[in-house]
Amino acid sequence: MLTKRLIACFDMQNGMVTKARQFQNNIPIERAEVVADRVYREQIDEIIFYDITASAERRRIDLETVKKVARRVFVPFTVGGGIKSLEEMYQVLKAGAEKISIDSMAVRFPDLIREGAQAFGRQCIVLSMQVKRVGKSSRFPSGYEIMIDGARVATGLDAVAWARQGEELGAGEICVNSIDQDGTHAGYDLEITALISNNVNVPVIASGGAGHPSHVAEVFQKTGASAAIISSMLYSPLLPRNYSVREIKDYLAARRLPVRPWVEADFN
Amino acid sequence: MIGVIDYKAGNAPSVLNALRALNIKAELVSTPEALRPLTGIILPGVGSARATMDSLRELRLIPALEEKVFGEKTPFLGICIGMQILMEYSAEGETPCLGWLKGRVERFDGAVRIPQMGWNEVAFRRRDPILANLKEKEYFYFVNSYYVRPAAEEVVLATTNYGREFCSMLAWGPLYATQFHTEKSGAAGLQLLKNFALLAGGERDADETSHCLF
Repeated sequence: MLTKRLIACFDMQNGMVTKARQFQNNIPIERAEVVADRVYREQIDEIIFYDITASAERRRIDLETVKKVARRVFVPFTVGGGIKSLEEMYQVLKAGAEKISIDSMAVRFPDLIREGAQAFGRQCIVLSMQVKRVGKSSRFPSGYEIMIDGARVATGLDAVAWARQGEELGAGEICVNSIDQDGTHAGYDLEITALISNNVNVPVIASGGAGHPSHVAEVFQKTGASAAIISSMLYSPLLPRNYSVREIKDYLAARRLPVRPWVEADFN
Repeated sequence: MIGVIDYKAGNAPSVLNALRALNIKAELVSTPEALRPLTGIILPGVGSARATMDSLRELRLIPALEEKVFGEKTPFLGICIGMQILMEYSAEGETPCLGWLKGRVERFDGAVRIPQMGWNEVAFRRRDPILANLKEKEYFYFVNSYYVRPAAEEVVLATTNYGREFCSMLAWGPLYATQFHTEKSGAAGLQLLKNFALLAGGERDADETSHCLF
């Protein structure tokens, strides 16, 4: 049976992994390839890197770091950060990434989703969305609005409507990142994660808010999410304690959730 | 030398990275001439069956590949779309494929999320040199909306469940193919790649130090 995926997601700046809290205060932690290598050996199911300042600094993704990570990591690897052309997507894939994550640029240029899916296959295109709770209204039937540019700019788009449009345009996966829950370590936003996963047929990734293995179990039990982002639990210095991938998997397996079991593997 | 076929829509660099981490000599190839000296061939694949077939035709690789595999019996490993195009026909874009094996490629039906994306269990039906040091069941990483239905049961080396049971690995003579991305399937995936390289006469690269060797 297809297992639920645990994804480590890292923000990267100048080749260093940083940690943000509600999109503020980036603390540099360690070199990206070192962090990636460690979580790979811990048997994470998948890795995502966001080059968080590529967009703001109007420069291309740091391809050298992408290459360094790809040489050491043999699980799927997604890269995002201001990617706005097919040529950039091609460069990132050739550098060794499997998937491209697009967020604000997809809102600005929805054709980017369609063109990317046509050129590289829809499995390559992850539509990442920053959702903010705004209350149900005729304008926002889901009660959530799509935000862009580091959650600073409101778009007027309803979260569920945008998810459906993204799927229609060709996104192979949708990552739902809750702005309200991000950095709180209080659990995922179950409501919007469930709503979006019920409204699209592509896999949905829950993101933002996990601080304890029970949050991961909860999002898999109560929503149709196929994967969950667990980065802070792994390494955030802001948490009272961190958890290993193995601890989280064992916790989920004990609750009869399907996970790829942790195995004794000789990586050296 | 193992050659990894490089074409625009493929993920050849990922496969090459995995072989290099295993200290196995490998190179990217994209011409019929470069195929000639190879002792093993890997055809990786992402994207669509049609794009892959078009690329192979554009690069004039198909007759040279057939000579290697059927004439010289050179071990061949197809990955993902590289497995699907071995069949006669793919329902994806109604694409005629290589037809090296009798059978078709079908789409998963609507009862499951499409694409299948993630780690799923692969149950092997029999022992084979390519499965050395692997258990009877292992988890590998899948990304697919379509799956192969070979006409002959005896080519099925492994099966997996996603809404239905499907053939996740096949083996026939020098031909091997995996629906899963063995290059992205952690320790089990690297073990399988290493096994393929060894049965394909792959050489260890003495110059490179590995950090992911078994």
